[in-house]
Amino acid sequence: MLAFRPIYIIMVREFKRFFRQKGRFFSALARPLIWLFVIGSGLAQIVQAPDRFSYKQFIFPGILGMVVLFQSMLSSLSTVYDREFGIVRLLLVAPITKLTVVIGKIASGSFLATTQGVILLILAPFLGIKIGFVQLLSMLIFLILTAIAISSLGMLIATQMNSLENFAGVMNFVIFPMFFLSGGLYPVKLLPKALQAIVYINPLTYGIDLFKHTLLPEIYRTGRGTDFPVEFDIFMLLLFTLITASLAVVFFNREGKLVLLGRRPRG
Amino acid sequence: MTAIEVKDLVKKYDSITAVNGISLEVKSGEFFGFLGPNGAGKTTTIHILCTLLKPTSGSAKVNGYDCVTQALQVRSSIGLVFQETTLDRELSVYENLLFNCYLYNLKKKVAEARIDEILEVSGLKDRKHHSIMKLSGGMRRNLDIARGILHRPKILFLDEPTIGLDPQARIHIWDFINKLRKQEAMTVFLTTHYMEEAEKCDRIGIIDHGRLIALGTPAELKRMIKGDVIHLRTTRDLEIEQMIQKQFQLSTKRTPEGIFLEVDSGEAFIPLLFKTFGDQIQAININRPSLNDVFLHLTGREFK
Ligand SMILES: Nc1ncnc2c1ncn2[C@@H]1O[C@H](COP(=O)(O)OP(=O)(O)OP(=O)(O)O)[C@@H](O)[C@H]1O
Ligand SMILES: [Mg+2]
Repeated sequence: MLAFRPIYIIMVREFKRFFRQKGRFFSALARPLIWLFVIGSGLAQIVQAPDRFSYKQFIFPGILGMVVLFQSMLSSLSTVYDREFGIVRLLLVAPITKLTVVIGKIASGSFLATTQGVILLILAPFLGIKIGFVQLLSMLIFLILTAIAISSLGMLIATQMNSLENFAGVMNFVIFPMFFLSGGLYPVKLLPKALQAIVYINPLTYGIDLFKHTLLPEIYRTGRGTDFPVEFDIFMLLLFTLITASLAVVFFNREGKLVLLGRRPRG
Repeated sequence: MTAIEVKDLVKKYDSITAVNGISLEVKSGEFFGFLGPNGAGKTTTIHILCTLLKPTSGSAKVNGYDCVTQALQVRSSIGLVFQETTLDRELSVYENLLFNCYLYNLKKKVAEARIDEILEVSGLKDRKHHSIMKLSGGMRRNLDIARGILHRPKILFLDEPTIGLDPQARIHIWDFINKLRKQEAMTVFLTTHYMEEAEKCDRIGIIDHGRLIALGTPAELKRMIKGDVIHLRTTRDLEIEQMIQKQFQLSTKRTPEGIFLEVDSGEAFIPLLFKTFGDQIQAININRPSLNDVFLHLTGREFK
């Protein structure tokens, strides 16, 4: 059912492409810094951080979440690009299952996203957030769980996209709302009730909640920080992953759609 | 042994019937050519055989496995070179090849050996670490094909391997295909809309509008036309065609290229033509029947 080597090589390819596309690489590097130091500084004037915390400290888990969100989504959505260049057809004609392909793609995005999250953790001490071995290990696990959940959602979205032209739509109607409605930038309680509902079906909410538990444990149950118990966050992420990943496998290449869309003149 | 077995295969897209009841068999080791004009249904048929599309009805077996219910087994026993290239432009020649080796679960050592071997045969040895972007169209096509056989498939499907290439590059591709056939003893199923290429196959099927309209060796197919084919260009094709039909009781075909006549003996017939239409004939040609004439004979249209 599952083959290791194909998954491995799908990941290797994603990695090489990430480092070769200089634009992708540098924007991945710059995005969190811009949010933390430029936008974060501005928002700090408006939004009050919970007692005893600076606003930068408060949004740091949210920025980690953003890094995971963007990388996981972009990697998964690159399946649409792969389709336009025929790579998906190559995968479809190889003796591997759809499950293997989908897991390979999810693993690729999750690996890149987690790596970026871990690298960003280097900044934590400079913001006055202490990280010991236990925190580092928990963060690693939580980053992976979050990345997998979002990559799975990304794969599900990719199966529904006909071309990269819809990319801007996904950016505006999925990626940005997920970021803003995750409790990462401001406490969820500040939002109107209707929007809070979206927060609760957003996997990023639970990921960022886990990051807050680990990095800012003092704000647990202060009403202005974390909102759920750790076990619940983990449960929600796993549930979300299970649902979206299964649907992605089901919808992947339904009715030979990927084969047909992949047909383009040779260039 | 039978390599490919197709029965009453039908594939409908919403309004179009791309494949309309094709049945054929290809024997193990055979070099089979699928000849047909644009949109005839060649690619659709190949995609069904390679399990990428499901047939609307009918059945297809490849290497004894059912293309719908045993897709995985079919896929591990075949190689497919798509009509459009599927090379990854962001990877090098070697990386593209390695990607495929791993998809087919080859171990690293085996993969490396196969890659070196195939680079040698395809003439791309000194390009191993080049980016795809630096290869010519012909080289890319060679690489596409090389990649299709890394896992030593029993059947290789080639969908228009030489389309869009210049004659020099086409010769190279054919050398490569011939070498591979000698080396690997595999069945090759090739689609083309070049007559000259179809001539090189052991057996060909001619497909038009989703139907198989002829099946046999190139020689057998050409025997469908008894004698010679005369190709006539005149000042007034329409009238002259009708007059020829009346006067000689011949079946004729008229295309924008002129009038085509099938006659028992071209040499004997030309003087007769000149006697009647001498001043209106602009050019005249006698040919042994080609596959193009066969196609014309069967469909009333010229190929392409
Ligand atoms: N996804 C699709 N949806 C609708 N019609 C399609 C689709 N793909 C192919 N067709 C139609 O099916 C018919 C057969 O197409 P196919 O690509 O199999 O032909 P072909 O013989 O490979 O042609 P070519 O020589 O141009 O490659 C054509 O009429 C084509 O327009
Ligand atoms: Mg085709």
